[in-house]
Amino acid sequence: MTTPHPCAIPPATGHLRFEAVTKRFGAHPAVDGVDLDLAAGGVFCLLGPSGCGKSTLLRLTAGFEEPSSGKILLDGRDLAGVPPHRRPVNMMFQSYALFPHRDVAGNVAYGLEREGLGRSEITERVAEMLRLVQLEAFGARRPDRLSGGQRQRVALARALAKRPRVLLLDEPLGALDRALREETQAELRALQRRLGTTFVVVTHDPAEAMVLADRIGVMAAGRLVQAGAAADLYERPATRYVAGLLGDVNLIEGRLGAGGAGTVRGLDTPLGPLRAFDHHGAGEAGSPGLLALRPERLALAAEGLPGTLLDTTYLGDRIVCRVGMADGRVLRAALPPGAGPAPGAGVHLAFAPEAASLLPGGPAS
Amino acid sequence: MSGRLRASLRRLALPAAPLLWLLAFFGLPFAVVVKISLSDPATALPPYTPVLDWDAGLAAWADVLAALDFENYRTLIADPLYLDAGLTSLKVALGATLLLALVGYPIAYAMARAPRAWQPLLVALMVIPFWTSFLIRVYAWIAILKPDGLLNQALIGLGLVATPVEILNTPAAVMIGMVYAYLPFMVLPLYAVLERLDRGLVEAARDLGASRLAAFRTVTLPLSLPGLVAGALLCFIPITGEFIIPDLLGGTDTLMLGRVLWSEFFSNRDWPLASAIAVVLLAVVAGPVVLFREAEARRLERPETGDPR
Repeated sequence: MTTPHPCAIPPATGHLRFEAVTKRFGAHPAVDGVDLDLAAGGVFCLLGPSGCGKSTLLRLTAGFEEPSSGKILLDGRDLAGVPPHRRPVNMMFQSYALFPHRDVAGNVAYGLEREGLGRSEITERVAEMLRLVQLEAFGARRPDRLSGGQRQRVALARALAKRPRVLLLDEPLGALDRALREETQAELRALQRRLGTTFVVVTHDPAEAMVLADRIGVMAAGRLVQAGAAADLYERPATRYVAGLLGDVNLIEGRLGAGGAGTVRGLDTPLGPLRAFDHHGAGEAGSPGLLALRPERLALAAEGLPGTLLDTTYLGDRIVCRVGMADGRVLRAALPPGAGPAPGAGVHLAFAPEAASLLPGGPAS
Repeated sequence: MSGRLRASLRRLALPAAPLLWLLAFFGLPFAVVVKISLSDPATALPPYTPVLDWDAGLAAWADVLAALDFENYRTLIADPLYLDAGLTSLKVALGATLLLALVGYPIAYAMARAPRAWQPLLVALMVIPFWTSFLIRVYAWIAILKPDGLLNQALIGLGLVATPVEILNTPAAVMIGMVYAYLPFMVLPLYAVLERLDRGLVEAARDLGASRLAAFRTVTLPLSLPGLVAGALLCFIPITGEFIIPDLLGGTDTLMLGRVLWSEFFSNRDWPLASAIAVVLLAVVAGPVVLFREAEARRLERPETGDPR
């Protein structure tokens, strides 16, 4: 067991809850009826394209905007009307927003000075934070004399210095190059485990969300589409958008058969009747549906859907086969490496109904 | 070799251009003013002695140099009139600059925070008064401030005062005129700095526990200081030597250096003494500029330590 870090706060605090939160700018809802309950001490990633409302949700939490309707609760307390400087949350800005007229130590000290802490305590806490982000030697540097990665760490140390109950991170690694980003992801994750602070991370990068988060909330057009662990979203997506966001997926459209959420249902497709698991309630019988199937869930079998192997791509840990089906569509199957049929050969594709998901179809998805 | 010479000449030419400009249109005329300030007044054309004769030899030059003295500067120190005028000038310039900062900062701030699409229009509105002659705009203030002028009519009409308030020909009128005339010089540099200021910095300050006022005091104000200093210098320097506004709007008690200078030149025809005043005036206004530049250079060099306050 490691001893808790001096910055660690009791994990009982930092429980953030959104109840039907809506934010309109004019008539346009940037955030639309979001319900979300974030466990204390975890890392939650808000994932979605730019303009989906994830940054607005973060700014609502920080207090830079007030919800048009709905509530944000922190440890049971309604944050409505609490100005940003009175909220026990801190934000790491996408641009870092480091104060150019203060050196590194002055930046980290800023929040502590506003709290009115004594000089010696500030010095001590600043030193502690700089040690935490391995910038002990840079206290007297100006932000403009730092590298991108160092600035990112100053911004992190400054936001953590006040020991917030929730740390909001807006695209925290967006400005870093790829190699540094991967290294920093691991550091950020380790730091969060040590401190136990609730992290809410906004990102547009699904891979980053999967690395950082305990839970991911996928947002599109202001709405929270689905929230869950990475495995939930990957294995049991609720919509076509979520299915496509987290990795390659085969989609087959059709008409839903009888059944409901939590059952294996039939789907009448151009490839014939297929069966798949309906996790979230894809719709009524007869309505349009989609079958989502990860390539690695497809296997070559003696019988199943007939097709022609078009080509194969060797990727080391797997071979991706493109198979042309009877109706002209192409399905992708990821197979374990090894000898397989040659391109041009007739093959049969099979999958377990539980490994495929049924989603609502139609234009709305 | 000659190629390298040409290259280094080219390198020198660019920075030399403004220097040559300054030398031709400031350095040489100012040298003439300094020379006249060391001469004696005379009833002649030109109205001072000695006069340099370009055709007389070096010996004549030595005579001229020998005839120069600091008599005019001694007069400036000895006669309290000039010291008083100097102090009044400094007082008026300092007061007006302070007022300009207090009036100009909120305007510049509001302009910088206005919707992006409005900003070019707001800047244009700030500049448009310059399309009218400065003299006419100051005359217009006479019409506004005189006892039966617009301002007094409005005040009486509103029932705020019973009899006209004496404003024209008082120091208050001079202040009003200065603030009016120099406002764009304060607002535009401030606006330029505030407009570029990253609003994220203020949000970061708020997020870290600063109230609106504290965020302004610790982030916006220090970061807009260069604009404030530039605006203050652009106002302070010309106001110190300002002639038209105190002459038209001020009373006899607002005796500023610009007016003394004018009357020495044109009423008394004492060019040497007027030149001496001009030299002193330059020294007075150049002082703050040089000090500021040096402080700025030091500030930029020093790797600043934390500001635990």
